[in-house]
Amino acid sequence: MYVAVKGGERAIENAHAWLAEERRGDPSVQELSLDQIREQLALAVNRVMAEGSLYDPDLAALAIKQARGDLIEAIFLIRAYRTTLPRFGASAPIDTGAMACDRRISATFKDLPGGQILGPTFDYTHRLLDFKLAADGEVPEAPMRAAEADDVPHVTDFLNREGLIEEAPQDDTPPPDLTREPLEMPADHALRLQALTRADEGFTLGLAYSTQRGYARNHAFVGELRIGSVPVELDIPELGFAVEIGEITVTECETVNQFKGSKTEPPQFTRGYGLVFGQTERKAISMALVDRALRWEELGEDFVGAPAQDTEFVLYHADNIQATGFLEHIKLPHYVDFQAELELVRKLRRDAGARDMQEAAE
Amino acid sequence: MSDTSTDTARRKAWMGQLAKAPHGRVAALLDQAVDRPAFTWLRAPEIGSTMVRGRAGGTGAPFNLGEMTITRCALTLADGTVGHAYLQGRRKSDAEAAALVDALMQTDLAATVESAVLAPLAEETKAAKAARAAKAAATKVDFFTMVRGED
Repeated sequence: MYVAVKGGERAIENAHAWLAEERRGDPSVQELSLDQIREQLALAVNRVMAEGSLYDPDLAALAIKQARGDLIEAIFLIRAYRTTLPRFGASAPIDTGAMACDRRISATFKDLPGGQILGPTFDYTHRLLDFKLAADGEVPEAPMRAAEADDVPHVTDFLNREGLIEEAPQDDTPPPDLTREPLEMPADHALRLQALTRADEGFTLGLAYSTQRGYARNHAFVGELRIGSVPVELDIPELGFAVEIGEITVTECETVNQFKGSKTEPPQFTRGYGLVFGQTERKAISMALVDRALRWEELGEDFVGAPAQDTEFVLYHADNIQATGFLEHIKLPHYVDFQAELELVRKLRRDAGARDMQEAAE
Repeated sequence: MSDTSTDTARRKAWMGQLAKAPHGRVAALLDQAVDRPAFTWLRAPEIGSTMVRGRAGGTGAPFNLGEMTITRCALTLADGTVGHAYLQGRRKSDAEAAALVDALMQTDLAATVESAVLAPLAEETKAAKAARAAKAAATKVDFFTMVRGED
């Protein structure tokens, strides 16, 4: 028998009212402004923009405030908002070679044109809690030094000159878009990169780590990691030319990977690529490692059964909004489903009991 | 022909400059320089998104990196000149000011607007970029080789 149940409206309303109160916290403590979140929790804002797949620091700050700092919930809010926006075309591909670099390092070449620029990094800090931050501290302005107007070429360009690394030849095929067409296998390289750049940071990090520990090992060096701003250019149909509509900060990681050669390819270095919105270094490096692992087929490598090589496994489980949606739905009422399970288990036990009685009698 | 392409290049440059100006800055400079002319909306400011693309390996085939919010509008001055604005973020008042400057730059007021709006904007952008580049340059590593034992 199916019994329709209604109710809970009042409980839900009151729960939401209490949520709002808890979100605000102790009213004697000053309220957090969106400007404060955007400026002082910038890396959280960057993660929400990257995985929310929408570059807008003010909206990401709002989402973080609304979500009480739960970044996956904030990403969910951004994804939902994104779907309400009309789409005014697609930009020209950004030119990361022309980036105004805040940070640019290479783990493969010490002396490279443009130099090793550390930028505002946590690297080389002692990871000791800084109690000065607990008190309101004025920060002195960072030191400056005359900047040379040198080009900062991509590291892979040097290796390309010797033919030691595979090329990434320019090609202008319009890419597939998983926000318009459902993600389906087989996924080409462009689709994999789109899925990875918005993938959950933790999941991507775990998979990348697994390749370093030996599951589809491809021995990655960070050929180059760069963070900085690039202009975004959009073609304006009514004007007949393209204009720069703004600048975004991105993190790019290019790995250089050992490759012994295969049936189809000569021994050379191969590449993994990570490009992510904002200053999101851990994610960009992880993306590059996973990108490289997923390229086993086109490079003629063996499938060794590692999770990071399995495109379907990686892409279908990398999206934290899909994952959390399905995971969290199991806490919602399943009264009828469970009632059926309960009936079934009771019946099985009755049948088993009857069988035992019969066997004992025989 | 060469005139048209120079005009296009100039317009492209100023539209880019207006789009990248900080919030409220174009409006402030414009209002200092001239009285805002009357106009009618050809397309009232609207907010949308554009898909930002990257290239695999930095140079290869394009892929979709993610969207960014943008605001666009178009307006017509009394003399029929049309001004457009396309800029990052959800900034309707900035889009209006940028479209007005775009329109005025095609009129007799171009020289005034150029010196009172575009020139200071260019200076400010240059200074901000230089300060950031100088901070980055201060974190550039100077390697030096330690004296080795075998010498």
